[in-house]
Amino acid sequence: MSDVGSSATNTSLNSLMTRLRAGAPGGFPGLLALLLLLVTGFSVAVPGFASVGTLQSFMQQLPLLGLLSLAMVVPLITGGLNLAIIATTNQCVLLMVFVMRTLLPADPGGGTVLGVVLVAMLAGAALCLVVGLVTGALVAYTGVHPILVTLGTKSLIDGISIFLTRGQAQSGLPAEFARAGNAALFGVPVGFLVLIACGLLVGIVLRRTPFGISCTMIGSNVEATRYSAIDTRRVLVGVYTMSSLMCFVAALVSLAIFNSASADYAQSYLLVTILAAVLGGVDPFGGFGKVSGLMIALAILQVISSGFNQFGLSPYLTAAIWGLVLIAVMTVQTIRPHLGSLRRAR
Amino acid sequence: MTDPVPFLRLTGIGKRFGGVQALQNIDWDVRPGEVHCLVGENGCGKSTLIKTVAGVHPPTVGTIEIDGRPVLPLTPSRARALGIQVIFQDLSLFPNLTVAENVAIEGHLGHPERPVSYARLRGLAAAPLRPPDFTLDPEATVADLSVSERQIVAICRGLAAEARLIFMDEPTASLTRAEVNRLLAIVARLKADGIAVVFVSHRLDEVVEIAERVTVMRDGQKVGTWPVAAVDQRRIGNLMTGLDIEHAVVARDMSAAAPLLEVRSLGREGEYADVSFTLRRGEVLGITGLLGAGRTELALSLFGMARPERGTIALEGKLLDLRSNRDAVDAGIAYVSEDRLGLGVILKQSIADNIILAELQNLRGPLGLIPNGRRKALAAEWVKRLAIKISGLDKPVGTLSGGNQQRVVLAKWLAARPKVLILDSPTVGVDIKNKKGIYDVVAELANAGVGIIVISDEVLEIFATCDRVLHMRGGRILEETVPGILSEHQLEERIYA
Amino acid sequence: MREGALRRLQRRPEVWLLAVIVLVGAILGVAAPGFLTLANIVDLLETYSVQAIMAMGLFVVLVSGGIDISFAATASVAQYVAVLLATRAGLAGPLAIGVGLLIGIGLGCLNAALIHFVRITSIIATIAMMSVTFSLLMYFSGGRSLYDLPEWWTDRVVFWQTESPNGDLTRITLPIVAMLVAALVTWLFMTRTPIGRQLYAMGGNPEAARRIGANIGMLQFVAYGYLGFMAAVGGLLQAHRVGESVPNAMYNTELSVLSAAVLGGASLSGGIGSVPGVLLGIVLLAMLQNGLNLLGVSSYFFQIVIGLTILISTSITVLSARKRRRHRNPSEPLGTPTLGATTQEPARV
Repeated sequence: MSDVGSSATNTSLNSLMTRLRAGAPGGFPGLLALLLLLVTGFSVAVPGFASVGTLQSFMQQLPLLGLLSLAMVVPLITGGLNLAIIATTNQCVLLMVFVMRTLLPADPGGGTVLGVVLVAMLAGAALCLVVGLVTGALVAYTGVHPILVTLGTKSLIDGISIFLTRGQAQSGLPAEFARAGNAALFGVPVGFLVLIACGLLVGIVLRRTPFGISCTMIGSNVEATRYSAIDTRRVLVGVYTMSSLMCFVAALVSLAIFNSASADYAQSYLLVTILAAVLGGVDPFGGFGKVSGLMIALAILQVISSGFNQFGLSPYLTAAIWGLVLIAVMTVQTIRPHLGSLRRAR
Repeated sequence: MTDPVPFLRLTGIGKRFGGVQALQNIDWDVRPGEVHCLVGENGCGKSTLIKTVAGVHPPTVGTIEIDGRPVLPLTPSRARALGIQVIFQDLSLFPNLTVAENVAIEGHLGHPERPVSYARLRGLAAAPLRPPDFTLDPEATVADLSVSERQIVAICRGLAAEARLIFMDEPTASLTRAEVNRLLAIVARLKADGIAVVFVSHRLDEVVEIAERVTVMRDGQKVGTWPVAAVDQRRIGNLMTGLDIEHAVVARDMSAAAPLLEVRSLGREGEYADVSFTLRRGEVLGITGLLGAGRTELALSLFGMARPERGTIALEGKLLDLRSNRDAVDAGIAYVSEDRLGLGVILKQSIADNIILAELQNLRGPLGLIPNGRRKALAAEWVKRLAIKISGLDKPVGTLSGGNQQRVVLAKWLAARPKVLILDSPTVGVDIKNKKGIYDVVAELANAGVGIIVISDEVLEIFATCDRVLHMRGGRILEETVPGILSEHQLEERIYA
Repeated sequence: MREGALRRLQRRPEVWLLAVIVLVGAILGVAAPGFLTLANIVDLLETYSVQAIMAMGLFVVLVSGGIDISFAATASVAQYVAVLLATRAGLAGPLAIGVGLLIGIGLGCLNAALIHFVRITSIIATIAMMSVTFSLLMYFSGGRSLYDLPEWWTDRVVFWQTESPNGDLTRITLPIVAMLVAALVTWLFMTRTPIGRQLYAMGGNPEAARRIGANIGMLQFVAYGYLGFMAAVGGLLQAHRVGESVPNAMYNTELSVLSAAVLGGASLSGGIGSVPGVLLGIVLLAMLQNGLNLLGVSSYFFQIVIGLTILISTSITVLSARKRRRHRNPSEPLGTPTLGATTQEPARV
């Protein structure tokens, strides 16, 4: 047998595969290349794509989806899922609108507005905190799969929102709020800065804190992590609380964008957050994922969307293409090792 | 030679999983109606060999013949059609279905168009489920049965499928002596019907009484096949482990050392009761006994993962109230699980992260963040001290050999500087060389003053590491003995008595 | 033995569900006078027939150990395409229906392929598929409803009818009969055919099913294909009932169908559940919604009920299973794979 020879080829093929893997979708350089390719492609194909206006709208549209994706990615890394992020965000917005409308007198002064806005934000944060703690406790202590728990909480939260609002959109915000939300710093919208800040925060928490390292370990093997003297239940409660608090930030951005609230805003983003995470190299089975990859994946999706939009394609078609991209990325990830073994067999 | 034509013959069988050579060049045969013992330590490749014959894992190289005809490629259903049945250690039952349907499950295969008749199902199940050998309610749901009842269901399933060769993977591990006797009676009946039975075990146990030949495996290779009469337990033990027992006894008299861990009348309902012992500084204490004797349950209580309902645990004279394993680790107690792959290492994650896992909180620097340098330094230090062979700290643990994986687990706990280290079957699936290495680590730690508890049902391992042995049965400590005063054979006989 | 049978009966969720239904029925019957009338009950049955038919398909997938979120989108696509072919292309009835059913089966099989060959978790695969099919439907239809259904499609088919003294007409119509046929067929399929039993086996212990030589891939295709078929049947019947095809009419029914199935005792971890249970689950949800309506409680309240149903029933299932496990045998390594299984297991290929 040519055992020696074949093992030598194996090693070289393996290292080749590792390098290929880093360059394929899911790897950081591959994603960057894809992003560049798309930007160049659209700039050539769509007149007017390469403009300050496009960049501006890009930075205005990305924050909400980006924050929701951050809310999704933390549970994903632990091998879970939070299907309730959009319901939570919407309910939080509704609550904040309700507080502002109730407390704001007819002709308020600037100080009153600031106070009311602060109270509303506190109420929203408290709501998200409670939702996160309850979801986390249900996941951690009942042992029911997070998909089911959050399917339940999603339905419950949506139900409460719809029940209380009769499905109507709510508006009537202080103008100052919208103005602050849509302000820009050196031409960069505040929302985009918030997204960058939150991305950095989540990224550092995941990579550099005991909590974050515990999250990735739980994603690969909960029981072994528990046996390593880590309170996995407390970590899981923390994970869903963190996810829910990201929803609070998303709610602030959503309020600034829409200037109103409804139970069914942004519902179509749910899949997109999963899509962005998986595209950005987050393992849907848990254990692996970086915020940087997620951010680039988000940029890719947003560029596809803006490009198609300027190209005059329907948003429905964009949604379909996003779904297809998710399936395609997962297919490539599954098939790749097989391709490797096929090549090796030859 | 007047050898009858073997029912099953393997020639040059080899099997690789990725980088691991699980089986290597196995030549082996089983005769019709023969009772054969296949023994070897855990992780020696017995299970892989069975799965290869059962068509679950196709071999990488080699041939398999049944009745003299080559049968590769084998699929599970083809192996079954050829009369090969495996009773896996996990029994492979369907907990949601009834006893009758589990027994007759194979009736559902092969004829997708034939409507299911529950009367026929019960009929099929009734044949093997015949009293007095087996008395089980055929309508009971398997999820509600005890382990030994489930085992009966699994055996009946093999019988119902008209097997000609039945592999039984560790069939007696969780049975009482009476149940084992019943099993032996059934095997005698099978033998009379010309059905071959292969017992797969990590020791040569009760079944040897009715076996004709024994095959020993070690590190994925066959050591040899002998008539049972030609070998004794001691020789088999030597062949299985490759350890030389003559030099293995290390027992020291530690009664003068300071007490470290004092356990008094500890009990937990349904698990263990009235357990008292003292572990001294630098002592290696063995706990042995059958599977289900309460050894692991006791260890989990000492590790804070299952609160004892009665009794006290004291470390260095201070009473402990362990609410979680974090409390235990903070107090200085660490536990290495017997299930290395499921509960020890996290295979997909990096070697560095696995090693620092129990020390995360103490690695925090300014702002509560863990500096990368400190993380790497701690991991690198223990890789060096335990001589773990790695190609990079960031490589997944899954790329390491079993022995090196176990060293990673040890590193994780040693990084937490424990005073008491509990090792539950520490060398399962570890090859001889690494096994000796791990024993050396144990001895070194003991010399440094760490109190060590080694839980094992391999008497040779106990003899190679321990100063004193506690023998547990049915959740209680039966006796205390010292290796060397009792021979390993005597201890083994007492355990399996 | 008799005692054992009684105990076994007590443990069946169907028995408890029936008790709850009788209780709720009695309360609603007293509180809302119009509730316990033949006309209202038959009307209720017809309203929920489409969901019940889809629940039959979903039940099969749940038993096999999977989950599917995309069936409502599948139903919409099958319905819209069939209606389009019948109205615009003038396709003959049987042909249009056949195409609709084939689309359902095809989309179901696509799910199975993604789950079996590409190894995407069923929930993510079906969420992705839902997004793709529904978005494409909305894109190509432009969200336009089709109203001009041919007569053969919308004509009431009445199997039996009776008039009460006060003039209320009670009719047993095609949707009700179709629902009963679907339930009977599913029940026969799951209890009386070897494939159905293998689906139960696979849901109970996939690794053991593989070891006894069950064809896991085939079983996945059967389960998801069956759900696709039932979804298409539901979609076509929906158009029959309302006389139009609205692309997003069935969007969002997945959750209530799923909760009905879970409520009816179908385990989300697979292997457990029965057709009568699922039917009772649908009945209970229908009664709650209809009863709340009659009592003047907002229909918006309904989604809250669904959410609570999912949360409570799954938590109870898991917690009671854990309790029973602890009572049985503490040393038994249930749920965690034994060492032998994990040691030798190669990476999933």
